[in-house]
Amino acid sequence: MTLIPGDGIRRELANHMRGSVFVTTFCCMPVDFEVVNVDSSVTSEDDISNAIMAIRRNGVALKGNIETNHNLPTGYRSRNNLLWTTLDLYANVMRCQSLPSVRTRHRNIDIVIIRESTEGEYSNLEHKNVPGVVESLKIITRTKSLRIADFTFRIAWAKGRRRVTAVHKANIMKLGDGLFLECCREVASGYPEITFNSMIVDKTTIQHTCTLVSRPQQFNVMVMPNLYGNIVSNVCARLVGGPGLVPGANYVQDYAVFETVSGMTGHSLANHNTANPTAMLLASCLLLDHLKLHAYAGMIGTAVLSTVTETQVNDVISAQLDTSQHTRKFKAFAWSPLCYHAQHVARTKRLNMQYSGLATCSLPT
Amino acid sequence: MLQPPPAKYGGRHTVTLIPGDGIGPELLNHVREVFRFSCVPVDFEVVQVNSALETEDDISNAITAIRRNGVALKGNIETKHTMAPSVKSRNNLLRTSLDLFANVMHCQSLPGVQTRHKNIDIMIIRENTEGEYSSLEHESVSGVVESLKIITRNNSLRIADYAFRLAREKGRQRVTAVHKANIMKLGDGLFLQCCREVASGYPDITFDSMIVDNTTMQLVSKPQQFDVMVMPNLYGNVVSNVCAGLVGGPGLVPGANYGRDYAVFETATRNTGKSIADRNIANPTAMLLASCMMLDHLNIFVVCERPVLCFLLQLHTADIGGQGTTSEVVQSIMRIIQSKGQLTA
Repeated sequence: MTLIPGDGIRRELANHMRGSVFVTTFCCMPVDFEVVNVDSSVTSEDDISNAIMAIRRNGVALKGNIETNHNLPTGYRSRNNLLWTTLDLYANVMRCQSLPSVRTRHRNIDIVIIRESTEGEYSNLEHKNVPGVVESLKIITRTKSLRIADFTFRIAWAKGRRRVTAVHKANIMKLGDGLFLECCREVASGYPEITFNSMIVDKTTIQHTCTLVSRPQQFNVMVMPNLYGNIVSNVCARLVGGPGLVPGANYVQDYAVFETVSGMTGHSLANHNTANPTAMLLASCLLLDHLKLHAYAGMIGTAVLSTVTETQVNDVISAQLDTSQHTRKFKAFAWSPLCYHAQHVARTKRLNMQYSGLATCSLPT
Repeated sequence: MLQPPPAKYGGRHTVTLIPGDGIGPELLNHVREVFRFSCVPVDFEVVQVNSALETEDDISNAITAIRRNGVALKGNIETKHTMAPSVKSRNNLLRTSLDLFANVMHCQSLPGVQTRHKNIDIMIIRENTEGEYSSLEHESVSGVVESLKIITRNNSLRIADYAFRLAREKGRQRVTAVHKANIMKLGDGLFLQCCREVASGYPDITFDSMIVDNTTMQLVSKPQQFDVMVMPNLYGNVVSNVCAGLVGGPGLVPGANYGRDYAVFETATRNTGKSIADRNIANPTAMLLASCMMLDHLNIFVVCERPVLCFLLQLHTADIGGQGTTSEVVQSIMRIIQSKGQLTA
């Protein structure tokens, strides 16, 4: 399995997770890591090409976010974006679920967000015909829209979810988002048991944030093009407790890459032992499930979720959510105890499993 | 910043009124009722725009009327996306024809409204005429659509300049530019560069920038950190809806669209509200506050904001958790106005 540590806190977390959870003997995980470092400050694309080749070889990867410095020349493409488009990882899936005992302003949220990852506003096609005038192309194609809609409905059907909402801005981008919507409707007609509706992106964001008009709890599965997916997934991640708690997965027929949902690298938190490893650990559980190592996934998943409900951990998450920018005082709370506790629970569970046989995982996927 | 328009005869202003669709007509009628009751020296020239028609005559009439009067108050005109793609959004046509380049929305926590976040006071300035709303799309190859997002140096400098001048005028300390320049390097990169150029001329105002995904995340967790925000069109749309949601919903926030010569006032989130139309449950606050902004723009010194906000301490419509009907709320406002006596200074 390929491991791309990325930058900032993701590197720290990836290493931490590998060192403390997977490779320790008591977990006995039948997984070997092939670590590929990608240096985001270098302009040549060799690093990312190596990473792509490694993923093609192994089929699966776990990655941290690779920073895109927007002060670098325009020929420098986002490494994350290069990865998605080269491997054609078209479906980005994120499940936003309120975790028990994590204090947030909204409760009982359980939304699966499926975002088209390879086209839309992220096509990297920009040009300057006339000085001072830039045209950025947003591409929507029938093929890819049908593909992502089909993926969405299949996932919804498989997971027993019966409502899919397409998010768009077809009142303004009539041809582009209009095509996307039309493709979703076509696929929806083949799934009469699933309710399909559509919502303009502004109304969607207001439904998520407004306390009294409507609630984010009304959403079940959402499908959308690239940019809206980026924004909506960040809003939802924050609603359930922040980017430190939500894993994400990127799929295509032959490959799968797992990561945390937020695109941020978290430089300010790096190497202070204060970053929340939950999202990365849950992403690794998704990976294990994908590899059909359900028992191990269940072991780690249960351990992580039970640790998150610990009061001390919960306090820190809540403190991080409530802390204002100007009065930021992070407690020097060591997150390594979270991993050790997770190991302890995992160890106990593994011992139980030895006597009672392997259990299948009950992890949110 | 702008001079009041010249359509003033005998001390009375003429303002174009475009009822629009959904809850627009009903709420604008209430505005007229309140104005009549308070003896506000404004006459309305009503121009209907039929969104079901494919021709652009209606909207052209409306645009001519606004050119004549200089100021308008409007409800949202529905854009049916089931109609042919050649039928462009009427609202968008209005904004681009009149070059209403700045959309300004002031989101603040209102007294008496229960929300999850408190003490929010954010001004959002959104570029209104270009970006993703250029309505330039084509299907070169069957099944492949290209939508053009246009960013120009002129418009970016203009909106950045507007944002900083407004921030200075209102005594604001910080301006944040919202962008996605890590992906759209040329487009949003140009926008950011223009903002930085303008910022260098305002050393008393702190300037920073934030990527749109981080911005939405921060808004939902710590909205109090933001002061003034400036951004291109689409992000402005999303961010203003998020902020409106944070302070209590689309029924509470007014918005204004300013150009060099004209100004059009409406609700900030531009909802048609078809599902609640004609049921007497819509919240008139946003539209009434928009009309107050219009009176400010016309330099008619009517103290209207306070009565409109006072009622929030007593009576709420359904969208903010109350039981009041629209007409009850309007009556309540008129009673408060009456009790405060003569308003015009």
